[in-house]
Amino acid sequence: MNRRETLKSLFLAPLAGTVIASTDCRGLSTNSGSQISWTQLPNEYSYGRTDAEKLSDQQLFAETYFREHELVTIAVLCDIILPNDHPNGGALDAGLPDFVEFMVKDRDRYKLPVRGGIAWLDNYSIDKFGADFVNIAEEQRQHICDDIAYPDNDAPELQAGISFFTLMRNLTLTGFYTTEIGFRDLGYVGNTPNVWDGVPEEVLRRHGKSYEAEWLSKCVDQSTRDVVADWDDDMNLTT
Amino acid sequence: MAEQIYDAIIIGSGAGGGMATHQLANAGLKVALIEAGDFYDPADEAQRTQLRNPWESPRRGASTGRRPFGDYNSCIGGWEIDGEPYTQKGDTEFMWWRGRMLGGRTNHWGRISLRFGPLDFKRRDSDGLGDNWPIGYEDISPYYDKVDKLIGVFGSNEGLYNDPDGYFLPAPKPRLHELYYIDGARKQNVPVIPARKSILTKRISNDRGVCFYCGQCSRACGIHADFSSSTVLIYPALNGGQVDLLTNSMVREITTDAEGLATGVRYIDKRDRQEYELKGRTVVVAASACSTARILLNSMSPQHENGLGNSGDHVGRYLHDSTGASRAAFIPDLMDRDIYNEDGVGGMHVYTPWWLEDEQLDFTRGYHLEIGGGMSMPSYGFGFAANQYNEYLDQRIGGYGNQLRDDIRRFYGARLSIACRGESVPQYSNRCELDPSVVDEWGIPVLRFDYQWTQHEINQARHMQDTMEELLEASGGIVLGDKPGADETYGLTQPGEIIHEVGTTRMGIDPSTSVTNEFGQLHDAKNVFVADAGTFVSQADKNPTWTILALAWRTSDYIVEQMKQRNI
Repeated sequence: MNRRETLKSLFLAPLAGTVIASTDCRGLSTNSGSQISWTQLPNEYSYGRTDAEKLSDQQLFAETYFREHELVTIAVLCDIILPNDHPNGGALDAGLPDFVEFMVKDRDRYKLPVRGGIAWLDNYSIDKFGADFVNIAEEQRQHICDDIAYPDNDAPELQAGISFFTLMRNLTLTGFYTTEIGFRDLGYVGNTPNVWDGVPEEVLRRHGKSYEAEWLSKCVDQSTRDVVADWDDDMNLTT
Repeated sequence: MAEQIYDAIIIGSGAGGGMATHQLANAGLKVALIEAGDFYDPADEAQRTQLRNPWESPRRGASTGRRPFGDYNSCIGGWEIDGEPYTQKGDTEFMWWRGRMLGGRTNHWGRISLRFGPLDFKRRDSDGLGDNWPIGYEDISPYYDKVDKLIGVFGSNEGLYNDPDGYFLPAPKPRLHELYYIDGARKQNVPVIPARKSILTKRISNDRGVCFYCGQCSRACGIHADFSSSTVLIYPALNGGQVDLLTNSMVREITTDAEGLATGVRYIDKRDRQEYELKGRTVVVAASACSTARILLNSMSPQHENGLGNSGDHVGRYLHDSTGASRAAFIPDLMDRDIYNEDGVGGMHVYTPWWLEDEQLDFTRGYHLEIGGGMSMPSYGFGFAANQYNEYLDQRIGGYGNQLRDDIRRFYGARLSIACRGESVPQYSNRCELDPSVVDEWGIPVLRFDYQWTQHEINQARHMQDTMEELLEASGGIVLGDKPGADETYGLTQPGEIIHEVGTTRMGIDPSTSVTNEFGQLHDAKNVFVADAGTFVSQADKNPTWTILALAWRTSDYIVEQMKQRNI
């Protein structure tokens, strides 16, 4: 008899909360019938690719690697790592499961750690609480995450789980902060044409720094940036 | 149609090939420019990566095999290219970077533009190793001057003997982490000066834009406010009508006649895989040091049995790359910082030139320090090890939930890094040669590398590690990770990794110990010239591009003069 199936049927627990994103949702169900949904990311991108790169991206998008159960588990983990219950939005709003799926397909070296990590998590969850990770209660999941979310925990039997959780945290954070809502959450204000003229005065003050006159004399005077450069014979800029 | 005979066939469209194309076409020569990669224009929406947000890519800027520095980097090429292998001899681990696009590596390079100094051309005089160049600073400085004015470079005149002044555009102001570095370096009596980069902080002509501070020079600039060979040299030359550009064309060999003089080139059009021939009065090889050596070695004929220019068995020898090592620190004073736009120009605004010329050290030749850090745009990898600095704050590393957002913000931009780039000692035994048993997908024999660092480079790397630790700590930093020891050769990069490979067709007076004369003209065939870093006798602790450009200009002037005198 298959131990896991038996346990699953014996200890099915409902998912505590149902997450529903507003638009372009991709939703998957857990065994217990609960639904988890996230913002769906596009399958087509236009970002200056060569023909060979376009083809390779298309092949990645066409490839199916994860089983539905694995994707649900990824979604649940991403949501735990960066919850949606925050004013700036969370992992599911940022379409994290789709991003993780793409990156794992894109980087072969992630395939086994993520698949094996999910299997480890389920084994651990079944041993501890009698069902797959996605089918135990929220408090039980939290209990497991507390076991594996901190690398300073040196229990040998947890190391595989800790490595997996670290990878999932890395992917979740990088996937979130490289989206528009992640930019907002961080407050990043660059990537736009501007005329950079040094660190703001009040910031310099707060850090006890200042621009010295001698150094500034070597720096650009932005009011003359559009005047065509010319020099005297001694290499001095004259315009 | 009558057969076209070009005045000059130029192989390769990077810094050297671009400059030769620009100068020879301006002199009225009919030029064919051959590039192994495709046409590239950063302003073309279909190729643009500049100003894209990370979410416009499914992998958010992560590296790929085709773009090892990230999928927004403008380079098409890399250390591994499908269908174009190379091999290694023994335990050699040479990394060979190749660009395959119009403009070559100048599309994505760091734009660090340093003149070599007087000492850099005469290193044998100071340490008795390697060889002096057949030219000195006084021969090349007029060309550096012209390159400064034509292409544009920001920097500052500091009056440093071996880091010569130039016709500089004004420098950008230091960023906050750079001010921390300046204070730290001064505390240790280490000089720090504005960076020198070919980025237009001020208008240089009405044909090119002025930098708008997106910090993305590595993505190539749509308004041509930084130097790429294609945007600054080749497009203007193409507009002049003197240049026929052949892209996707892989040169197999240079053809020669009964006198051993070049008659043209044979190349494979990668689109139809057919071989074609071009005829020319002169051939300028600027395919990058190793590719140039490969083409010459593959150009065997009864007159050049060991390959063109290789009668003295020096093609491919003295291959050398810059050394490198790097380290980073957490700057607690930069925690919880105010967030503002700090993109600036691409890369560093300040750097440290070599400062220990007169010291007795257990290695010869110097290195410079490149400074990194700041609040750069999140890209793939951002948030990895999000709260590793908690280690220094008696807080727990790891966790989950909304506290991670606070960690991310707290540590954003609280990092300072240093990368060292040093001069290695050229070795006769470090070389690339043909691997007779392996061909690429075009049927052309490939290169095999044979390269070992010497104790000079290893000792230099140890010194780099000590310096970086000292300066990062003096800047208020807690140095991250373990200091690499002897078992890791002090974090010394692999040969080829810094992508400054030079020396394979070195210039010299004696044809038995050099491949070209001081003008890049082959000793063995007077109508063949090398216009890339292959001619370098030694690669200073300076990035090579500005010297490639100056030498290519000098070579071009020489070609025109020799043609006028009917010598070629």
